[in-house]
Amino acid sequence: MIIGSNMAEAHPVGFQWVMEAKGHGARVIHVDPRFTRTSAVADTYVPIRAGSDIAFLGGVIHHVLDNDLDFREYVAAYTNASFLVGEDFADTEDLDGLFSGYDPATGTYSRDSWYYAGTRPPGEPDGSRAKAFSEPLQAGASGAGIDGAADAERDPTLQHPRCVYQILKRHFARYTPEMVERVCGVPQEQFLDLCRAWTANSNRERTTALVYSVGWTQHSVGAQYIRTGAILQLLLGNVGRPGGGVFALRGHASIQGSTDIPTLFNLLPGYLAMPDVEHTDLDAWIADQRSAGHKGYGYDVDAYLVSLLKEYFGDAATPENGFGFDWLPRIDGDHGTYRTVMDMIDGKVSGYFVLGQNPAVGSAHGKLQRLGLANLDWLVVRDLNEIETATFWKDSPEIETGEIVPERCRTEVFLMPAASHVEKEGTFTQTQRMLQWRTKAVEPTGDRRSELWFTHHLGRLVRERLADSTEPRDVPVQRLAWDYATEGEGPWAEPSADDVLRRINGYDLSTGELLPGYLGLKADGSTSCGCWIYSGVYADGVNQAARRTPHTEQGPYDAEWGWTWPMNRRVLYNRASADPEGRPWSERKKLVWWDADAGEWTGHDVPDFPARIPPGHVAPQGSTGPEALCGDDPFIMQPDGKAWLFAPHGLLDGPLPTHYEPHESPVRNPLYGQQGNPTRKVYGRPDNPSNPSPPESGGQMFPYVLTAARLTEHHTAGGMSRQLPYLAELQPALFVEVSPELARERGLAHLGDAHVVTSRTAVQARVVVTDRLAPLRIEGRVIHQVWLPYHFGHTGLVSGDVVNDLFGVVEDSNVFIQESKVTTCDVRPGPRPRGQELLALMEQVRAAAGITVETGTRISTSHGVPHTEESP
Amino acid sequence: MWERLGKWPVVRQLTGRDRLGRGAAAQSPSHVGLRPRTADADRVAGTVCPYCAVGCAQKAYVRDEKIVQIEGDPDSPISRGRLCPKGSASLQLVTGPQRLDKVRYRAPYSTEWTDLDLHQAMEMIADRVVAARERGWQDVDGKGRRLNRTVGLAALGGATLDNEENYLLKKLFTAMGAIQIENQARI
Amino acid sequence: MSRNRLSGPLDDVAGDAGHVTHPPRVGFFTDTSVCIGCKACEVACKEWNSVPEDGLDLLGMSFDNTGMLGANSWRHVAFVEQSRPTGRQDPGFDGLPTGPSGIPDTADAVEPRLREAPRGGSELGTSPLPPGGPEPQELGMPGFDRPGDLAGADTRTDFRWLMASDVCKHCTHAGCLDVCPTGALFRTEFGTVVVQQDICNGCGYCVSGCPYGVIDRREHDGRANKCTLCYDRIGDGLEPACAKACPTDSIQFGELDELRERADRRLAQLHDLGVGEARLYGRDPDDGVGGDGAFFLLLDEPEVYGLPPDPQVPTRYAPSMWRRAGAAAAAFALAGIAAFVGGRR
Repeated sequence: MIIGSNMAEAHPVGFQWVMEAKGHGARVIHVDPRFTRTSAVADTYVPIRAGSDIAFLGGVIHHVLDNDLDFREYVAAYTNASFLVGEDFADTEDLDGLFSGYDPATGTYSRDSWYYAGTRPPGEPDGSRAKAFSEPLQAGASGAGIDGAADAERDPTLQHPRCVYQILKRHFARYTPEMVERVCGVPQEQFLDLCRAWTANSNRERTTALVYSVGWTQHSVGAQYIRTGAILQLLLGNVGRPGGGVFALRGHASIQGSTDIPTLFNLLPGYLAMPDVEHTDLDAWIADQRSAGHKGYGYDVDAYLVSLLKEYFGDAATPENGFGFDWLPRIDGDHGTYRTVMDMIDGKVSGYFVLGQNPAVGSAHGKLQRLGLANLDWLVVRDLNEIETATFWKDSPEIETGEIVPERCRTEVFLMPAASHVEKEGTFTQTQRMLQWRTKAVEPTGDRRSELWFTHHLGRLVRERLADSTEPRDVPVQRLAWDYATEGEGPWAEPSADDVLRRINGYDLSTGELLPGYLGLKADGSTSCGCWIYSGVYADGVNQAARRTPHTEQGPYDAEWGWTWPMNRRVLYNRASADPEGRPWSERKKLVWWDADAGEWTGHDVPDFPARIPPGHVAPQGSTGPEALCGDDPFIMQPDGKAWLFAPHGLLDGPLPTHYEPHESPVRNPLYGQQGNPTRKVYGRPDNPSNPSPPESGGQMFPYVLTAARLTEHHTAGGMSRQLPYLAELQPALFVEVSPELARERGLAHLGDAHVVTSRTAVQARVVVTDRLAPLRIEGRVIHQVWLPYHFGHTGLVSGDVVNDLFGVVEDSNVFIQESKVTTCDVRPGPRPRGQELLALMEQVRAAAGITVETGTRISTSHGVPHTEESP
Repeated sequence: MWERLGKWPVVRQLTGRDRLGRGAAAQSPSHVGLRPRTADADRVAGTVCPYCAVGCAQKAYVRDEKIVQIEGDPDSPISRGRLCPKGSASLQLVTGPQRLDKVRYRAPYSTEWTDLDLHQAMEMIADRVVAARERGWQDVDGKGRRLNRTVGLAALGGATLDNEENYLLKKLFTAMGAIQIENQARI
Repeated sequence: MSRNRLSGPLDDVAGDAGHVTHPPRVGFFTDTSVCIGCKACEVACKEWNSVPEDGLDLLGMSFDNTGMLGANSWRHVAFVEQSRPTGRQDPGFDGLPTGPSGIPDTADAVEPRLREAPRGGSELGTSPLPPGGPEPQELGMPGFDRPGDLAGADTRTDFRWLMASDVCKHCTHAGCLDVCPTGALFRTEFGTVVVQQDICNGCGYCVSGCPYGVIDRREHDGRANKCTLCYDRIGDGLEPACAKACPTDSIQFGELDELRERADRRLAQLHDLGVGEARLYGRDPDDGVGGDGAFFLLLDEPEVYGLPPDPQVPTRYAPSMWRRAGAAAAAFALAGIAAFVGGRR
C-alpha cells in the first residue's frame, strides 16, 4: 500500500524493492490524487481527493472492524484494545466532530477525560501547557506518560462498551464505503477491492507494508493521518513483523539524522524534551518525563540526559550543579521555523543562519520567507551553489513588485561555499534509521568548508569573545566542552568528525572506554553520551557505521552494513513478530523468538526486547522501567508496553483520528459539523491570508483543489538540481497539470500559459493537459484537482515562479508542520500580471472573496471564535 | 617501414579477416585496449548519495586529487549499485561550474556582491552572533520563570548535513541560549 | 572465415568483422514493463561519457523533454499516455465523472511545435529510410496514441502510462557502419558498434545510414556521436553506465544469447499474467538488421514508442555491387547514395 507517497518518483532506488516484490507476486496499490510514475507500475491505482486520507483509511478500519477481520490475538495481546476509557470521555460521534474537553477560546483540549479508567494525566499543573507546547513531539522517545497505565482496567473479551476496541468501532461507524465515496471520491467497488486486498494479505502467514511520505505529514491533521495508518496496521497485525510496518520515506540525505540529533527547537538529541519554563531543575524535568508505573526504556531518561550534559559541559557538569541543567535555555511555546520567520518580519530576530536549505523556495508561503529575510540585520547562507535565499535582495519576486528595494534593504548577507558530501567525512542517517559513514574523497578547495568546520570555529571565536565575561549568561558558553580533536595544523584546522561520532556514542568516564550501547548509560555522571539512541555506533572501538560488508556476503538482514539505531535493530518492536508465548506467528514470517533452552530472545534480527524476560513473565507490582515490562509487552517505549489504538495522551487534537477538511477546502465536512481540525495552528495576520472554506462564504473564488510535489528529475527547492545541466534539461520548466475536463472548463491549452491563483499570490506555469488527472465527484459535485511541482525559483539554469508562494501558513498542532499538500485555487488562462499589477490582482481577488484577517481563523466551526494575532 | 605500413587500415583490411574494413581493421590505436577512467583512479572513497534519504552507497573515484567519477556501490544492500538521475548527477553536483568557491558578501543597502576573506568573514559573523545574542537575551518571563535564552538568533538547516554537524550546531546554539534552531524535518 | 555478410542472421558478428579471438557478443535487453521513467539512464550515460546538455525545452510530450536520440542524447526515455489498460492493471478511472480523453488535443498541440523545434520528437527514430525504399510514412506522434484509437469515446476510463528507454541498437548489420567511408565507425570485439572520434571527419553519411535515426552529428564539430555501449567500461569488465544505474533493472546488460533467453522467459511470464500485448522488438535475427544488440520488451506496437516497425539496413541490397568494387571505394559510393536518397538534414 503506497499512500501519500510517490515512491517511484521520489525514491526510485528504494522502489527497486517494490518492483522486486511485485516480480515475486506482490500486489502493489497506489492511492494518490494523481496518476504518477508510481501508479504507472502499480497493479491498482486509486484516485483520491487530496486531504481526505483519514476518511479513506477510516473506511478501511470500519471495514476491518465491521467484518471482524482484525488479527484478534495480536490486537488483544499487544495493543490497548482491551483497556477501558474513563466514563467522562465523549467521542466526535457525540459532539459533532469534537472530543470532550474542547475550549473554543484557546482552541485546545483539556485531555483529562481521554484517560484510561482509573488512570490520570501525569504532572500537568494546569491546562495552559497544551496549546503552546509541541509536547507530543517532545515526549517522542520516552512515550507519553500516564500515571497508573499498567493498572488500567481491561476487558480481554473486547466487549465492554468503554473498551478501546468498542470505542474505535463506534468512532468509525459512519466511515462506510458510501461515506468514503462521498468524502474521497473513490467509487465504492474500487474501495472495497482495496479493503479486501489489504485484509486478505494480513494474517499469520502474510503481512502488508504501508508506505507514506510528506503526502501525509504536510497537513493540518498530519500526525493523525499517520496515526490512522498505524491503527490499521496494528489491527491487521502488520507492525513489528517482517514485510509489515509503516514506512516513512524521508526526503533528504540525513533528515532522519537531523531529527534524531535534532536541529529542532523542541528536542535535545535522542528525542529528549527541550527544557521548558516549568522545569525549575533537573529533577523537575525528569519527573515530567515519567509517570507512575512507567514501563520500558523511556523511564531511564535521567541517564540519557545526564550523559548528554556530561558531553555538553564535561567536568563542569557535576551532581552539585544538576550537571549544568540550569545552563540550558527554556522554551515556552512555538519557536518553530514559521513562527520565527514571522518574528523576523516583526523585527524580533537579528541574525539568521541558513545551512543547506532554501526557504525562499522550499518553505510554504515563500513571500513571507523572503520578507522575513529582508528584515534581518544579517544573514549567513551556507550552500554549494548560489540559491534564492541568498539572492532575495536582488532577484526575488518582491523586487519586481517593489516590496523589497535593494537600496532600502539593510540585511547584510554572507554567502559561504560549503564542502560537498565527498569533501568531508561523517554520517548520514537514511530513512530506515541506518547510519552510513562517508569517507572523504578529496579536500575542499577555495573557501569551501564543512559545517563541522564552520560550527567548530564559530564556537571557538564566540568563546574567545566571551572568555573574560562575568555575565551569568556566558557561563554555559565558557563551560562548554569544545575540545574536539582536529585534523591538520593551525587555528583553522578541520575538526575530526570521527571524534564527534565517538562522543555521540559515549564513554564510560571512569575507564575512558567507548560505551557498547545505551544500556550502559548512568544517571550519576559517570558516563557521557551525545545521543543515547546512537550509543553503540562506536561499540568495541569500531566505527560501526563505516562497515561495508557486501550484501552478497551476509544474511538477509545485512547486519554488517552500516549501523541502525537502536542497537543495530532493523525491525522496531520485533518482539511482536512472535506470539505471546514467544513462538513465531508462522514459520514463513519468523523474525525473533524465545529460545527456551538458552533462556533468551533470539532470531534473524537483534531482538527489540529485554533479552532475558521470558514470554510469560509478569512484572512485579510497583516496578518501573525495563523491569516493569511483562513478557507480552512488545512496545517497549510505550509507558504501558502496548501499542495505542486509542491515544489517551500525547496528541493535542484527539485520541483518535477524525476526518477534518483541510484548512482550505471546497466542500463542507460531510461527516461532522466541525469543518477543520479544531486545534490547528493558525496565524491570523494580514500577511498570511486564508482562502475561505465552508461554511465561510467566498470560497467559490477558489474552486479547485491544489496539491504540489516532487519530480524525479529535481530535488526539493532546486538548489541541487536546477543548477545542473543534466537534471535541468530533463524538466526544464514549471508546469501545471490539469485534467482534460478542467482544461475545457477553463479554456486552458496544452503548453500554453496559465496562472494559478490563491489568496497569497498568482503563479505562472505552462499548462500540461493530461489524462493522468481526473475529476472526482464529491458530495454530488465535480471537484477538479490540479498539481504543480514545487522545485522552481529564480536562479539556476531553468527558472520559474515559486509554487510555495501559493500556500499560506497553517499547521498541525502537534508538530507544527505546515499544510502544503492541499489548498484551494483558481486556474486562469494566460500569463499572470507582473509587478504592481500582480499586487492589484491580489487585492481584487481577496476583496472579491471577502477575505479578512479573520478568514479561516474560526477553527471551531460551532463557536466561531476568530484566532488572530495582534499587530506588533 | 613494414611495421608502420601494417598499421595502415587499408593494409589491415586487405590482409586481415576484416575485408570490409568494418571491425578490427578499422579500429584506431586510441581505441585499442581502451580503459575506463575509473581504472586509473588513485583511490576510491566510499560515500553516500547526498539527495534523498534512501541512502544509496556511492563510490567516488579520485585521480590527481580530483573527483573523476561517482557511481553506485554494488555492495550496498540498500541500493545494489543503482542510482536515480539525481544520484547519477552527483559528479556534476560536486565538480560543476555552478559550485561556489569564494565567500560572497552583500553589505547593507548594497546592490551587488563583493569579495570577502573567509577568515575575516568568520570573525565578522562571530561579532554579530555575540551582539545579536545579547540584543535578544531574555533572563526570565513575565512570571519570573527562568528563560535563560536569546531570541536574537535563528538557524534553519540540517537535513542535508551530517549527524556530527547537526550535533555541534545544536550543542553550540543551546550553550549560547539560542532556541530557534530548525530544519527541513519540520517542513 | 565468415562471409562478411550485410544482411540476415549472423552468428558471429565480431568474428565476421575480423576479430580472431573475441569475447561473446554483448548487448542490452530493455524490459520496458518495469521502467519507472526516472531517466537515470540518460544522466548516468551523460556523466560517464561527458555528453553535453541537449536543450532546455519543455516539449509537452508527457514527461519526455529529451525528445529523441541524438549526438547529445545517447539514451532517451519515451513516455506514452494511452487510453487503454495494461493486462489486468486497474487504472482507477472507472466510475469517475470524466469526459473525453485529452490525448488527441495534446497531440495536436505538440505536433506543430515539434516541427518547428530544432530538435524534437518528429525524428524520434520513426522514419525508416532504406535507400530506394518507400517514402517515409507518417507514424504519428511518439508519446501519444495513434490516430483513430480514441474515436468516439465520450468518457475515458482506461489509461496507462508507458515508459521506455531507447538507445542505439548495435545492429547485427549496422547501416551506419556499413556506409562510413573513413573507418571511424567500427565493430568491436564485443559485437558492438562504436564511433572513433579521432577518425570521424563529420561527413554525416552514417546519419542517413541508420534505419532507427539514432546516430547524429554534434553541432560544434560535426562529428558523429552515439552510444558506445560504454566500450571503455565493458572492456574492463564493467557494466555500461546506464544499465548499472537503472533502479529497477529495466535496462539489463549481458551476453546477447543469455539476454535473449531471459527476454523470452520474461515475455512468457507477462503473457501468463495477462499482458498479451507484450512483445519483443529487435530480438529476431531474421529481421531487417539481422537482430539488434540492444533489444526491447514493448507493451505496444513499436511506432507508439517512436520505433520503426520494420527497420531495414540500407545496405541490404548492396553486396552484389560491393563485391565488384574495391571495398573502400564501395563504401564511399554507397554512402553517397544513401546520403542522397535518405538525407534528412
